[in-house]
Amino acid sequence: MSDAFRKAVTANRLADGAVVYLTASGGWSTEIDDCRIAADEGEAAAMLALGEEAAARQLLVGPYLFDLAGDDGALRPARLREAIRARGPTTGSSLRFQAAG
Amino acid sequence: MYQYDVLDRTIVAERVSQFRDQTARRLAGELAEDEFRPLRLMNGLYLQLHAYMLRVAIPYGTLSSGQMRALAGIARRFDKGYGHFTTRQNIQYNWVKLEEAPDILAALAEAGMHAIQTSGNCIRNTTTDQFAGAAADELEDPRPWCELIRQWSTFHPEFSYLPRKFKIAVSGAAHDRAAVAVHDIGLHLVRSGEGNVGFRVLVGGGLGRTPRLARAIRDFLPKRDLLAYLEAIMRVYNLHGRRDNIFKARIKILVDSLGTEEFARQVEGEFRAMHEFGYAPETSPAEIARITAQFADPVHKRAEAGGETLDRQRAENPDFDRWVRTNVAAHKRAGQAIVTVSLKPVGGPPGDASAEQMDAIAELADRYSFGEIRTTHAQNLVLPHVREADLFAIWQALGRHGLATANLGLVSDIICCPGLDYCNLANTRSIPVAQRISERFADAGRQAEIGPLAIKMSGCINACGHHHVGDIGLLGVDKKDGGEGYQMTLGGRADEDGALGAIIGRAFSSDEVVDAVETVVGTYVANRRDGEDFTATYRRIGAAPFKESLYAADQG
Ligand code: SF4
Repeated sequence: MSDAFRKAVTANRLADGAVVYLTASGGWSTEIDDCRIAADEGEAAAMLALGEEAAARQLLVGPYLFDLAGDDGALRPARLREAIRARGPTTGSSLRFQAAG
Repeated sequence: MYQYDVLDRTIVAERVSQFRDQTARRLAGELAEDEFRPLRLMNGLYLQLHAYMLRVAIPYGTLSSGQMRALAGIARRFDKGYGHFTTRQNIQYNWVKLEEAPDILAALAEAGMHAIQTSGNCIRNTTTDQFAGAAADELEDPRPWCELIRQWSTFHPEFSYLPRKFKIAVSGAAHDRAAVAVHDIGLHLVRSGEGNVGFRVLVGGGLGRTPRLARAIRDFLPKRDLLAYLEAIMRVYNLHGRRDNIFKARIKILVDSLGTEEFARQVEGEFRAMHEFGYAPETSPAEIARITAQFADPVHKRAEAGGETLDRQRAENPDFDRWVRTNVAAHKRAGQAIVTVSLKPVGGPPGDASAEQMDAIAELADRYSFGEIRTTHAQNLVLPHVREADLFAIWQALGRHGLATANLGLVSDIICCPGLDYCNLANTRSIPVAQRISERFADAGRQAEIGPLAIKMSGCINACGHHHVGDIGLLGVDKKDGGEGYQMTLGGRADEDGALGAIIGRAFSSDEVVDAVETVVGTYVANRRDGEDFTATYRRIGAAPFKESLYAADQG
């Protein structure tokens, strides 16, 4: 249920600032639905280390872990800030940041 | 309008090429984020929630139509087709890519604009009355002095690394539309007993975590001494400002801790020493005259009062009549008027303008207002010099672009920061709350009946939305349950009768906040006596009736 340990890694891409998520294949996607989900502290720490490595290679800026909540079928960011980063501003117009290319 | 000279153009162009080089090195991995961050901030480039954000300086809120078109072009080419006008009379682009930022700065430079000193611990863009040079109640145009301050403060080596950011505002009118009392230095043009015009100098105003109204340290400063006196203030601040504690680093805290008298004594001491030892900056009368001459006072050849035609247009079009009453202000010249274009449509994000709207305003400025546009700290735009006889045509044209909202100074003319929809520092969202409030009060007749009322909202304690000085202020706070909370303050105002609002009680949830605003408005309307504004009613009846109506349910 929602109390289970579930975290993912996010950052902003260096070149365009886009919100990106670490994926299961070790890449970075602009879609939160592609994110790799850590099931325990050890996995989370290893994932964050991948983020820091990517930051050191100057691919992205400021990687960090964030919490997910909800059921397995419909995971969502636990906090509003992350939901807004994932889905764009809630101000009504369609301003979702388009993935490059 | 002031035209950049060769020197200005050169330093801006040099800055663009420096930044292009820095960005290339960052993208190539030669500069780490820690090294690059201060460089990008010096060029107004922040990293926000979704992308980079570029803050562009609009010196003292004055824009030419050509510059507005350049801003529209940038919105179209590099952003998502819109920009956000801020409470600092600047514009921000929310969807900037780092790799394109140097091209944006180059496009700005082409139009005589830049993003220098829009971030960092330096002297920021000087702000002023949006009606400067046009207002009927003006003593003198403050913009030549703003321009002098711009030149003096740009890249001033002594003041590039201050303890904290530093904001100066200048007003030249009887009614303070520039909120000078909430700036680090506020300057008010005044006439002395002998009839000379000079400055009343205030220091230590500011909002944020520790809101303060500025305190007067000089009732009259001769104009020729302006830069020397500013430099004396800056020097005292630079010396004693708390660099060790970011929360105590603003000049307002220094003025608090030294006391206004002692602070003034030290400034006067430095000011005297400058003259004694011959290092006071001097501005020649010829230079002042040169700058002043560039702020020509445009006069329409055939400025004629609207007369009977205007009366008839108003009588036949109640919407136009309402707009004239709210959005048109008295001009110093007969037959001319000042139009404020509201960027607060019902349900819209306050201060946002699309590229198409920016172009439309540029067009109207060319046609009707000598190509001049102003931005306001209340996040609206101004056509400062139009003929009364053209008001109807202007209103019709604005209407075609969704810009004819007749709500200036009314309940839906909300000052609102970007909040959690964009800002990295936010606790809560603010724009959607403003949108819901404006929808709740959408009825223009109801708004007119309520009359002038300032709602100001910030998504965090940094107070970019000036919530402390709203009739109704809303501050986004984290609620214990993790939800969005809104703390309400009442009774603030930003003009010459400045006051800081007082917290009314527990914060409201996102679901409650619009009802709470409506309750406050209802309580005010029920209690006001003829002609009383919100401040007057609030000061007369106090907080208790508002508290009772807001929290009645809590008691039960
Ligand atoms: S007040 Fe806070 S949330 Fe709003 S723009 Fe300023 S820093 Fe961001």
